[in-house]
Amino acid sequence: MTEEIEDDEVVKKIMHIIRRAPHGTIYSYEALETVLIMAAYDQDVSMAFIDDGVYTLKKDQDTSELEIKGYMKTFTALDDYDVEKLYVDRQSLEERGLTEDDLIVDVEVLDSAAIGKLMGEQDTIIPN
Amino acid sequence: MKIGVQIKDGPYNHQAADTAYQFIKAARKKGHEVFAVFLYHDGVYNITKYSEPPNDDRHIANRWSELGAEGVTIYACIAAAKRRGITNSKDGEQHIMPNTEITGLGQLTDMAIVADRLVTFGD
Repeated sequence: MTEEIEDDEVVKKIMHIIRRAPHGTIYSYEALETVLIMAAYDQDVSMAFIDDGVYTLKKDQDTSELEIKGYMKTFTALDDYDVEKLYVDRQSLEERGLTEDDLIVDVEVLDSAAIGKLMGEQDTIIPN
Repeated sequence: MKIGVQIKDGPYNHQAADTAYQFIKAARKKGHEVFAVFLYHDGVYNITKYSEPPNDDRHIANRWSELGAEGVTIYACIAAAKRRGITNSKDGEQHIMPNTEITGLGQLTDMAIVADRLVTFGD
């Protein structure tokens, strides 16, 4: 039991990697669910958006014709959960013709090497 | 080393469940402690009680149940499980494999906190 009490005080650096488009698979959506839970557990949670993952942050998504509940707005609530470390890979953004202004929340746009360095500083990486 | 494992894909279609299992076996053989497996997304199908593969094929659900009996806690995410009709009990009957349990994402968080390494398998 002692171990459990001690563990409650541990804050780990946990980075979630979002690599996929927001729709087509459930991975990105359920990653966001995990982020919210981990933030509620007061962990040092960050997210890195690379490859098609950058599309998850695209403004003005309309999922009504997919008949799938969109989750884009949930990103705007991340701030309330103190999840402020949102990193976007510059090359992934540029390859898709997007700029920071196309994104629904404030992010830090970094080159791959900088994101790689951040990954190296984490206790845990959760790929999605 | 204390290792937690997450599996994000269902059995048979993807190799993730097989690779995770072989990884766990190898890690334990080397003296590492694999304390829990967390099944997320389609990964929850790994512990359905109704899996009946052909006799000459590996029985993935049984593998998890056996590992569970050996003290590796096998968790499935409740939200993912409910979406897919995987439930621990309904009408008084157990629908998941023995030695497995359904739990919340908080458990995955606890695993990330406690583990020296949290290893994810799946696409």
